[in-house]
Amino acid sequence: MLKEAKIKKICKRFGNDRTRMMDIVREIQQEFGYVPPKYYDLIAREANTHRVEVQSVVSFYTFLSDRKKGKIIIRLCEDIIDKMAGADEVAAAFERELGIAFGETTDDGKFSLEWTACIGMSDQAPAALANDTVLTNLTPEKVPEIIQALKKKADPQVLVTECGDGNNADQLIQTMVQNNICERGEVLLGDYDLEAGLRKAIEKTPEEVIEDVKNSGLRGRGGAGFLVGLKWEFTRNAPGEDKYILCNADEGEPGTFKDRVLLTERPDLVFEGMTVAAFAIGAQTGIVYLRAEYAYLRAFLEDVLNRRRAAGLLGNNICGKDGFNFDIRIQMGAGAYICGEESSLISSCEGMRGDPSDRPPFPAIAGYRVAPTAVNNVESYCCATRVMDKGVDWFSGIGTEKSAGTKLLSVCGDCERPGIYELPFGVTVNELLKKVGAEDAAAMQVGGPSGQMINPSQFDRAISFEDLPTGGSIMVFNKQRDLLEVVEAFMEFFAEEDCGYCVPCRVGNVLLLNRLKQIRNGKGVTEDMDYLEKLGKATKRMSRCGLGQTSPNPILSTLENFRPIYTEVVRDNTSGLQKSFDVLEAMEQANEVTGRQSVLFHA
Amino acid sequence: MADKLKFTIDGVEVQAEHGQTILDAADAAGIYIPRLCAHPDLKPIGSCRICTVVVNGRPQAACVQPAAEGMVVENDTPEMLEHRRNLIDMMFVEGNHFCMFCEKSGNCELQAMAYRFGITAPQYPSQFPDKDVDASHPDVMMDYNRCILCTRCVRASQELDGKNVFQSIGRGFGRKIGVNGRQALGDTDLNVDDRAADPTICPVGCIIKKRVGFEVPIGERKFDHEPIGSEIEKG
Repeated sequence: MLKEAKIKKICKRFGNDRTRMMDIVREIQQEFGYVPPKYYDLIAREANTHRVEVQSVVSFYTFLSDRKKGKIIIRLCEDIIDKMAGADEVAAAFERELGIAFGETTDDGKFSLEWTACIGMSDQAPAALANDTVLTNLTPEKVPEIIQALKKKADPQVLVTECGDGNNADQLIQTMVQNNICERGEVLLGDYDLEAGLRKAIEKTPEEVIEDVKNSGLRGRGGAGFLVGLKWEFTRNAPGEDKYILCNADEGEPGTFKDRVLLTERPDLVFEGMTVAAFAIGAQTGIVYLRAEYAYLRAFLEDVLNRRRAAGLLGNNICGKDGFNFDIRIQMGAGAYICGEESSLISSCEGMRGDPSDRPPFPAIAGYRVAPTAVNNVESYCCATRVMDKGVDWFSGIGTEKSAGTKLLSVCGDCERPGIYELPFGVTVNELLKKVGAEDAAAMQVGGPSGQMINPSQFDRAISFEDLPTGGSIMVFNKQRDLLEVVEAFMEFFAEEDCGYCVPCRVGNVLLLNRLKQIRNGKGVTEDMDYLEKLGKATKRMSRCGLGQTSPNPILSTLENFRPIYTEVVRDNTSGLQKSFDVLEAMEQANEVTGRQSVLFHA
Repeated sequence: MADKLKFTIDGVEVQAEHGQTILDAADAAGIYIPRLCAHPDLKPIGSCRICTVVVNGRPQAACVQPAAEGMVVENDTPEMLEHRRNLIDMMFVEGNHFCMFCEKSGNCELQAMAYRFGITAPQYPSQFPDKDVDASHPDVMMDYNRCILCTRCVRASQELDGKNVFQSIGRGFGRKIGVNGRQALGDTDLNVDDRAADPTICPVGCIIKKRVGFEVPIGERKFDHEPIGSEIEKG
C-alpha cells in the first residue's frame, strides 16, 4: 500500500502527465532501485497511458531497470580510453572486493556492478559513477577503500574527500572532477561580461538578432554544422503560437567532455544564449536536456536558473522588456547515446523512448509537442551569446572562412596533457598534437567513433567543418595500441547504443561487429575486408538517422587509412573452407547430448 | 499553386498531389517501389528502409518522404537493388525464418520479396537468436522468431482498432514487440477480429490466427500466383 501511495504521489508531482514519463520513472527508479513491472499498470493509470508504453520507456534507457538493483550502482566506464587507462584491472578489483561479477547485484542488495558507455571523464580515466557521484582516476588499489567507505556509509558522496578545481568545488556540486582546462580561447573560456550579450540583443529586433547570428557564420557545435542563425530563422518563421528552445546537453560521443566544462564553468553563458534564442525566435519555454551521467551538475544548474529568475533574467518581462517571457527547465536523460540526435532528444523530452523521427517535418517546423523548436548544442548557445556581445565581425574574424569562431576540443588518450583546448577553427592536427604533448602519435580519432581515424600522413589537415569536423572529441593513440581493438570497442558501442528502429542499423552494426571479432580471433580471410566495406557502406547508405549513417565509420576509415591492421591478420583462403566455421566448436553441443565424441570430428 | 506537382522516377515523369508521399505517387503511376513496413491503411514510419530511393542524390524512405516539384528520384537502379537485397538478407538472418514449414509461406511478404529479388540464401551469417512463441491468447498466436519489427501490428491496433495492444520495447538488436498485458498476449484486449490480428497486417508469420492454418493450400496462395508488387505494376 505504502509503495502504491508513493508511486501515486510521484505521478501527481509531475501533473499525472504522460509527457513527463521520463521524470516519473526516473523518480520511481530512485525511490525503489528499479521500476517494478507490477506497478506498470498503476503508473499507466495515473499518467493516463498504457502499461506497454511504460515498459517501452523503461526498457529503452540503460539507467532505468525493471529488475531490482543495488542501493549503490557502480557504473564503470567501458570506453576504449578508460580501458587503455586500466579499467579492466579496476573492474577485476571491484569484482574481487564485492564477490560479484559485472551485471550482478550483491545478495544483501547493497551494490550492483555495471559497465557503462562513456561518462564524459576520458581526461581523468578510468572513471566510474557511484549512483550520481563521479569517481575519477581509479586504480585497483583504491577500490578496497572505496568499498569499505561505502559499506560504512551508503552515501557515495563520502568518497569525495577532495574537490576538483573551479566550480567543481561549489557547495552544490562537490565533485572530484577536474576541469583540466589547458587552453582558453577568447570566445568561450576567456573573460566575458555577464549578460552583455543578452542586453545588447534585446536592444535589437528579433530579426536583427537572427541576421547577426547568420552573418557571424556560427555553425552548430554538435557536429553537423548547420548554420545556427538559419535554424533560428526557420523556427521563427514557422507558424505556431508556442515555440521552444532546446539545449542539447547530452554529449555522449565517446571522448567528448567539453560540455561538462561549459556547464560547470559557463552555465550563465549557456542560459543566456538560450534566452537570446528565445527572444529571436519568440519562444516562451526552454529545456536543457541533461545527460544522466551529468546528474551531479543538476542542483548547481537549478540554482543558477533560480538566481537568473531572481535577477529578472528569466521569467516575465525579462530585463524589463515588456512581454519578453521565457523560462527554462532541466530534463534529465536516462542513459541513451541516441538521445543526442535532435529528434530523439525531443521524443525523450516528451516522455517517450528515444527513437528518432522522420524528417520532414524538421523540428524547426514541428518539434517538441509538434511546435516549432530550435535544438542547439550547449557550446552553440555560448557562442551565440558572445556573438551578441562582441559582434559579427569579431566572431567571423576568428577561425576559417567556412568555420567561424573557436572550437572547444576535449582531448584524451595517449598524450601528456589531456583536457580542454579552446582553439580557433583551422588549427592543424600537428599543431594540436604539439599542444597536447603527443608528437609521436600513431593515430588520431577525430569526432569520436562516428568521426574518422586518421594516420600521420594526414596530420597536416585542419580541424574545421570543411576538413576534419568534430563535435569536440579527439582521441590520441600511440604506436603501441592495437587499433583493431579500438575499432572493435567503437563498434561494440554502436551495437549497444543503436535504437533498433530501422533494419540496416539494428542488424548491420551487429554483423559488422561479429565479423570484426572473427578477424581479431584470427579467423579472418582476405575477402572479409571486402565484406566489411560493402556491409559498412550499405549500413551507412540505408540507415534512417545519423547513428547508422556514421556507425560503420570506425571500420571504413581504418580500412582506408590503416589497411595494414587488417591485412596483417587476415589470410588468403586457400582451402575453400569457411575459416570462420569451427567444426569442433560446432560439434560441442552434439557431443554433450550424445555423451561421446564425433567419430569424424574430434580433437 | 498548381493542382498537381511533377517529378521523375528513373526518368519517367510522375504526378503527385500536394502532401502525397513518393511511394503513394509511384503506386498511382504504376511504378512499384518495394516496401515491407508500409501498408496502405496505416501511417508510414520508414523502419524497414526497403523503399529507400535516392532523391536528388540523397537516400530517403519513399514511404515517408513527401513528393516535391521537380525532384529526381532513382528507384530501380543497380545500387538500390543491391542495398535492398542487403536489407532483405539482414531481416532473414536477424530472425529465425524457416519458410518450408511456416504457415505464412506463399502469403509472406518477406518471402515474396526475397523471391522478387532472386534471393535463394542470405549472404550474411544467420544469427539464430533465441525468440519466444506466445500462444497464451485463445485465438491468436505470436511467433517472435518471424517478427521483422515493422510495427504494422502496433499501428493497426492504434489507428484501426482504437486500442493499444502492441508497442516496441527494448532497444538495438534486443528490440521487440511488447504487448499491453501483464505477461503475454492473452492478457491483452486483443480480439481475433481486430485488424491488428488480420493476416494482411502482419507481413510475415509472426501474428497468426489459430485453427485456420493451411486453409488455403500451399501453391494456391497469393504470391504463388504472381510476384509481390504485381498489382501495382499492372496499374
